[in-house]
Amino acid sequence: MAQVSLRKLFKRFDDTEAVRGIDLDIADKEFVVLVGPSGCGKTTTLRMIAGLEEVSAGEIAVDGEVVNDVPPKDRDMAMVFQNYALYPHMTVYENMSFGLRLKRYPKEEIARRVQEAARILDITELLDRKPRQLSGGQRQRVAMGRAIVRNPKVFLFDEPLSNLDAKLRVQMRTEIKRVHQKVRTTTVYVTHDQVEAMTLADRVVVMNRGRIEQIGPPNELYHAPKTRFVAGFIGSPAMNFLPCRLEEDDGALRVHLSEELALPVPPARVARYRPYAGRPGLTFGLRPEHVTESKSNGGTPLSMIDALIEVAEPLGMETLVFFRINGLDVCGRVSPNAGAREGARMRLCASLDNMHLIDDATGTVI
Amino acid sequence: MTAAAITTQARPRRRYGSMSRDRRWALRWSYFFLTVFAIFFLMPPVYMLITSLKTSAEISAATNPWWVYHPTLGNYIELLSSSQYLTFFRNSALVSVIVVTITMLISVPAAFALARMRFWGSTALATGVFLTYLIPETLLFIPLFKMFALVNEYTGIELINRWWVLLLLYPTLTVPFCTWIMIGYFASIPKELDEAALMDGANYRQILTRVFIPVALPGLIAATIFAFTVSWAQFLYPLAFTTSADQLVLPVGIVTSLIKGDVFNWGQIMTGALLGAAPPLIIYAFLMDYYIAGLTAGATKG
Amino acid sequence: MVDATLEALAIAGGSRRRSALRKAMQRKSTIAFLMTLPLILLVVLLVLYPAFYSIHLATLNKSMERFVGVGNFLFLFKRETFWMVVQQSCIFAITAVIFKALFGFIVAHFVHNIPSRGQRKWRGMLLVPWVIPPAMSCLAWLWLFDPSYSAFNWVLDKISIGPVAWTGDAYWARFSVILVNVWIGAPFFMIMYLAALKSVPEQLYEAAAIDGANWWQRMWYVTLPMMRNIMAITALFSLIVTFANFDIVRILTAGGPIDRTHVFATWSFWIGIQGNDIPLGASVSLFMVPILTVAAVFILRDIHRRASEMS
Repeated sequence: MAQVSLRKLFKRFDDTEAVRGIDLDIADKEFVVLVGPSGCGKTTTLRMIAGLEEVSAGEIAVDGEVVNDVPPKDRDMAMVFQNYALYPHMTVYENMSFGLRLKRYPKEEIARRVQEAARILDITELLDRKPRQLSGGQRQRVAMGRAIVRNPKVFLFDEPLSNLDAKLRVQMRTEIKRVHQKVRTTTVYVTHDQVEAMTLADRVVVMNRGRIEQIGPPNELYHAPKTRFVAGFIGSPAMNFLPCRLEEDDGALRVHLSEELALPVPPARVARYRPYAGRPGLTFGLRPEHVTESKSNGGTPLSMIDALIEVAEPLGMETLVFFRINGLDVCGRVSPNAGAREGARMRLCASLDNMHLIDDATGTVI
Repeated sequence: MTAAAITTQARPRRRYGSMSRDRRWALRWSYFFLTVFAIFFLMPPVYMLITSLKTSAEISAATNPWWVYHPTLGNYIELLSSSQYLTFFRNSALVSVIVVTITMLISVPAAFALARMRFWGSTALATGVFLTYLIPETLLFIPLFKMFALVNEYTGIELINRWWVLLLLYPTLTVPFCTWIMIGYFASIPKELDEAALMDGANYRQILTRVFIPVALPGLIAATIFAFTVSWAQFLYPLAFTTSADQLVLPVGIVTSLIKGDVFNWGQIMTGALLGAAPPLIIYAFLMDYYIAGLTAGATKG
Repeated sequence: MVDATLEALAIAGGSRRRSALRKAMQRKSTIAFLMTLPLILLVVLLVLYPAFYSIHLATLNKSMERFVGVGNFLFLFKRETFWMVVQQSCIFAITAVIFKALFGFIVAHFVHNIPSRGQRKWRGMLLVPWVIPPAMSCLAWLWLFDPSYSAFNWVLDKISIGPVAWTGDAYWARFSVILVNVWIGAPFFMIMYLAALKSVPEQLYEAAAIDGANWWQRMWYVTLPMMRNIMAITALFSLIVTFANFDIVRILTAGGPIDRTHVFATWSFWIGIQGNDIPLGASVSLFMVPILTVAAVFILRDIHRRASEMS
C-alpha cells in the first residue's frame, strides 16, 4: 500500500517561491504525471516527495504517515534520474544491486531480484557491462532496473526521457507503460512533454508557476480543460485561440471572430454562454482537428470558414493548414488528399460542439 | 592551405606525411630545442650515475669526468651494505609511508565534507586551507622547534631528535594541497550520483567509501603520489629536528654523514644521492600520468 | 541539494517534533565538522599557532627570558648582512621566477608543437629535475661545481677558458644558486603552461590565422591572454616558494661565500638553530611575511577571478 498525499506544499528558494500550495492525493498503484513548462515547480515537488529537498511549508504523507522529517533513504522510494546517475565504476549488476547490498540482503535474494528486473527490462545480457559501454536507452533501462529491484512503495521519475532522441523516446515511453503494468507500484512521473503525460498517466497534474492548474485523466484534460493554460498546453498542435465577441441577434447567440465571420453557438451551450453576451475580454478556443474540410455528412452550413491557406504541412496521414482569421494564425487539420497547398482557397468547417469559451480576466474556461 | 601546397608536388615526404614546409621546419626546430633542453635537464642525473660507477681513484685522477673508464659497482655494494645508509633509507621509507597514510586519512574525509556538505564556514575553510599551503616551512621551523623543546621540558615527551617527530610535521606540508586536490576531484562528481546513492539508502560514510572514493580514484592516486614525493624529499624539517645518525632520513643523512670533514667521498655521495632519488623516480616512471594530474589539478581545477 | 534536506528540516512549518529535528540537524552538521576536524587541528596547532608564536619569540632576548620588544628587529636593521640577505632573497626569487617562467613557457611551446604521440615521452624526460628530491640534485650540482673537480671546468678547460669558481666567487655563487633553482623549477612551469596551452581552443588560432596574424601576433593576442590566469597563479606560487627556499642555498653554498648567497631561510637557520639564538632567527624569518602576504593576496584575487570566470 502506498498512497501519497501532498497538503498545502510550499517551497521557497531564497526569495522565489517555486511551489505555492500543492494539494494532491495519489492513490495506491496510480500513475500520476506532473506536467508543465520549465520552472513550474514539478521537479521541485518530486524532489520534496523524495526527500531531496526540504519542505518550506505543508505536509507530505505516505500511507497516512507524515514523512517530512524522514530522510530519503528511509522513505522506501526509488528514483529514476534524468541523467540516469549510474555509478560509473560499477557494472550494471552492481548498479542495480547497490541498494540491496547496502541493506545486506542475502545474495540469492539479490540475484533473484536483479535477474527478474533484468528480464522485465530486457537487459539480461548487459549485466556485466559498465555504464560507459551502454547506449542512452540501455542506461535508462538500467536506471529503471535499479529502481524496480528495490521494490519500493513509490517510483519517482524525473524527466527520464528528456535526454533520448525522439524515436528512442517513443520506444521507451511504451516500455515504461509496459513495466508499470507488470510492476504495479504508485508512480509519480515528471515531464515537460504533454504527449508523455497523455500516454502514460492514469491522471495528469498540469502545473504552472508553482500551482496546480488542473488534475484529471488525460481525456478529461483534453476535452474539458478548466483553464486557458491547460487548454493551450495539452494537445499538439495547440488549440487555436481567437479573441471574440459574443452577440445575440434575434434570440440566436453567435460568436463573432472578425468583421466577416460569425459562427453560431451550439444549442447545448447557449444557456451557459448567454450571460456573457456583449461582454469584452472573451477568447474563443477550438482545436485544429475541429477545423477540417467539410464532410459529406458534414457540418452545419452556418459553421463554414473561407480560408486562404498560407502554409500547408503534409504529415502523411493528415495535412496541417495554416490560415488567418482577423490577422491571427489558425491551424486546421485536413485529410491528405483535400488539395491543401499554399495559396489554395478552402472551405473549412468548424465543429463548434467542441468549442471552448474563455474568460480572459480569470483565464478559466466557461 | 596545407593540402593545396602538397597536391601540387609530385612526391609527398614520407617522414612527415602531408605537411607544409613551414610546419616541417617548425618541427625540426622544436626537436632541436627540445633536445637541447633535455640535455640540460637530464645532464645532472646522468652525471650522478656516471660518478657513482667510478672508484675514488678514478675520480681523483683528472680523467674525463663525463666518461667511466673502469666502471665498478663498488660504491653501490658498499652503501647497500652499510647499516647506516640502510637506516637512513628505512627511516625515510617508514616516515613517508606513514605520512602518506596519515595525510590521506585526514584529507579525504575533510575534502568530502568541504566539497559536498555545505556547512557554516565551509567555503572560508576551504580557501583557508589552501592559503596555509602558502605559509612556508622556513617560517615555521623555528617556532616549532621551540614549541617542541617546550613540550619536551614540560611533559618529557621526546620531540626533538626523534624520527617520528616528522610524522607530526610532514602532514602540514602535504595535507593542505592533497585536500585541495581531492576537493577538486570530488566536486567534479555529478551531484545526482549522491542523490541516487541517498535514494538507494546510503548514509554519508557509505557514499564516501562506496561511490566517491572509487570514482575519484585517479585523484586519490595523484594525491598519494604527491604526499609521498614531498615527504621523501624533505630536507629542512629533518635537518632542524633530527641530529643523531640513527634518526636521520635519507636527504639529511647523505648530506651530513657522507661528508666527513674535508674529505668528500664523491663516488659514494653520488651513489647515495642516486639511490635516494630512486623511489620518487620509479614511482614517476610508472605513474607519470597520475603524477602530472596531481600537479595540474591545482591549476586547472581552480 | 542533498545537504539542505536535514539542515532546513527545522524550518519546515507544521513539524511538531522539534527536539528530534534538532538532533537531526546536529547530526549532519556535526558529521561534516568532525570530518574536517583533524584538518583544522593540524592547521591550527602546527601552522597557525607557530606562525603567531614566532612573532612572540621575536620579541624575546637570546636566552628567551626577557622581553625586548622590537630590539631584535632594530639589531637586524643595523647589520649589513641583513640587508645583503634582503637584497639576495629578492634578487634570487625574482630572477629565478622570471627565468623559470620563460624557460617553462618556451619548452611548453615546443612540446605542444610536436605530434601528440611524442609529447608524452618528451614531457616525461623534461620533468625529471622536478621529480628528483632537490637535496639529491643539489648534491649533484655541488659536485659539478666542485672547485677542484668540476666537470664544467674540465669542459671549459678543453676549450681554453679558465676555470670558474662556481661557488667560490660571490657573483658566480649567486648565479649558480639561481641556475640550480631554475633547473629544478622550470619543468614545473612547463607542465603548468602545457596544460594551459592545451586548453586554448584551436579555433581561436584558426580565426587569428585567417585574420592574417603571424606567429608572434597569435602569441600576443591569443595565447598570452588565454593563459594569463594560469601564468599569474603559477608565477605567484613560485615566487612564494622560491622566496622561502632553503635546500639549494644550504647545500650548494651554505650561504657563502662570506654570506653573499644567504637568503632568509638559510640565514635564519644559521642564526636560529646553529647559532642557538632562536628569537633572532625568528625575527629574520618574519621578514618574509610582508612579501608573502602581498603575493598571497594577489593569488587569492586571481583564483577568485578564475572561479567566477569559469562558472
